[in-house]
Order: sequence, then C-alpha cells, then structure tokens
Amino acid sequence: MNTVWILLMVASVLISFLNGRLDAFTKSIFEGAKSAVEVSLFLLGIVSLWLGITRIIEDSGLIHRLSNFFQYFVRRLFKNIPPEHPAITSITLNLLANLFGLGNAATPLGIKAMQDLKALHPDGETITFEMMVFIVVNTASIQLIPFTVIGILADYGSKNPSAIVLPTLLATFLSALFALGILFAVRRILK
Amino acid sequence: MKTVSLISQLIIPLFILFAILYGWAKKVRVYDCFVSGAKGGVGVVVRVFPYLLAIFVAVKGFQASGAFEFAEQLLRGLLGVFHVPIDVVSIALIKPLSGSASLGVFTNIVQTNGPDSLASLISAVIMGSAETTFYVLAVYLGAVGIKRTRYLVPVCLIADLVGIIIAISIVKFFSHLG
Repeated sequence: MNTVWILLMVASVLISFLNGRLDAFTKSIFEGAKSAVEVSLFLLGIVSLWLGITRIIEDSGLIHRLSNFFQYFVRRLFKNIPPEHPAITSITLNLLANLFGLGNAATPLGIKAMQDLKALHPDGETITFEMMVFIVVNTASIQLIPFTVIGILADYGSKNPSAIVLPTLLATFLSALFALGILFAVRRILK
Repeated sequence: MKTVSLISQLIIPLFILFAILYGWAKKVRVYDCFVSGAKGGVGVVVRVFPYLLAIFVAVKGFQASGAFEFAEQLLRGLLGVFHVPIDVVSIALIKPLSGSASLGVFTNIVQTNGPDSLASLISAVIMGSAETTFYVLAVYLGAVGIKRTRYLVPVCLIADLVGIIIAISIVKFFSHLG
C-alpha cells in the first residue's frame, strides 16, 4: 500500500502541474478528506448495527448452526484455520452477504472476519496468507445478481436489462477463480 | 426477475427477525447483546478512519489531476486494435478506485451509448464483477492494523486486470452468439 500511495500522490501532483490543474488538485484533496468523514459516519452506523446483530447470533448459538451449514467450502479454502475458530463463521457470513449483494452487511462482517483472522496471529503486523485469500475473494466481488446495474440499465430503457445476469455471473466466478489462482501461484513461486 | 428481487428484499429482514426470535427462544438477553456488540463498532471505525482518509485523498487528487484522461489516451489506441468500445477504458480504470465515481461513469456510458450497446453491456458486466479494490484494501487492512502486505497488492491489481479482460471477452462472446 505504501508504494501505491506514493505513486498516486506523486503522480497526481506532477500531472496536475503539467495540466495546469493545481487548483483543482488542492480542492479535490479537501473533498477527499470530506468524503472519508462521510463514509466513516456511514460505516459507523452499519458496522455497529451488524456487530450488534452478530453478537445476538453468537450468544444464542445460532452462529454455529449457520456456519456448520456453509463451512465445507470455507474450510477447503482456508486450511490453516482451526475448525472451531470463529473466523470460519465470520468469513462464511461475509461471503454469503457478498453473494446476495448485501454490501451494507458484507463490509462489517468482513471487518469482523479480518479481526478473527488477526486473533490467530495477534502480534504480527505482517499479513497472513489466510488474510490474503480472504481479501482476494472479496475484491473479486462474487455476487449473484447486480441489482444496481440492472436498475440503471432498466431506467434508460434497456429491452432486457436482466440479460447481463448470466454474463456477470460467469465473469465474476471466473475472475474470482483466476484471482485465487494467481495468489496461490505467486505463493508457490516465492517459496 | 420479480421473484429474485423479492427474495433479495426479504433476506435482511428475515435474517434479523430469525436472529432475534432464536435468541429469545434460547433465553438470551437480546437487547443487551445487541447493545454490547454494537459498542465495538466505534472502535473499528476510529481505527479504519485514517486509512480511509489516506486512500480517499489520493484517489480524489488523482482524479482531479487529469491523470485519468492521460491513461485513457494511452489505452484507447490499444483497445481499438481489439475492437473494444473506448468508453470501456474509463470504467475499467475507475472501478478499482472509487465506487461512487464508477457508478457515475457507468450511468454516463449508458446515457450516451444507449442501454443495449456493446459499451454499456461490457461496462455493466465490469460493474457487477469487479470491486473497489482500494477501498476494500484500506478498510480491511486498516481494521486490523496490518502494515506489511507482502505480495497482496500486486496480486489484487493483476487480478483486477484479468477480471476486466474476462468481462470483455465474455460479453463479446455472448454478443457473437446473438
């Protein structure tokens, strides 16, 4: 992230200088700061809400039943997590929320999953391979039905807006598979 | 489509209802549980905030500098060779960086090209199959204070690129079928 940030910032200043847009650049970084606050306030609400709900299903034992149900795939993907560890459940719930396009639930549950993964290695500031697998699956955004996109296509008078469901599904699964493939390949090469 | 969208509307309310009733049946103090769980949210968001700030400032600044137009010019020539609509470049570039901006760009593409054009279809599939990678990285890594990310960021970026190529190929394949 360090490299990415340096590249973005340095390139922005240099390019805005070349384009004579230094003013716009300065204005935009303040706008960026403002939207970080707005997004954080939004996150504050939904993260707290879902952490509250999660606590209920944890304390009532419902979470174990849910995770027993969906664990098979998650266990296969995350071999180094002990079977009874809470990370399995939070990862499962996050993936389900993603699958159904519930972005507002997916992010809080994903944060919880990261915290549970971190609990396996409490002292490290270095990312674990399990965290990488989890993040790569998340950035591939496996989603069954892209509602927002279909809505926009329909708004502008598309003849058959849901025609994109199948291609999107194929694309999202293939790119998730490739993403994981790349991750596992890189690990093998660097070993 | 109607049933599918009905089901997806039902998921969250039903899930919450079920969670509460199940807890109640198991004699859990549901309200107190909720409040004590929710308390944790403040800490998480406070921890994530500086990471979000860093990434938002960088992305907004990058957009304002005109760097996108520059990159678009470079890529346009390349895509022309493969008979891919040039508008696809803008959505492919913005999607990993910003969710709200990519929604704006997508709406604009649909508006100018028509909803059933190749450009709109490819953009729609990219919108549905790619994620705002930098936001996910900032929030998830920030939440647990990871500093050394090893090879994660390059892998994510290569995966994004592959994902966009997959999206373009699939739509082109489907449109050849008719």
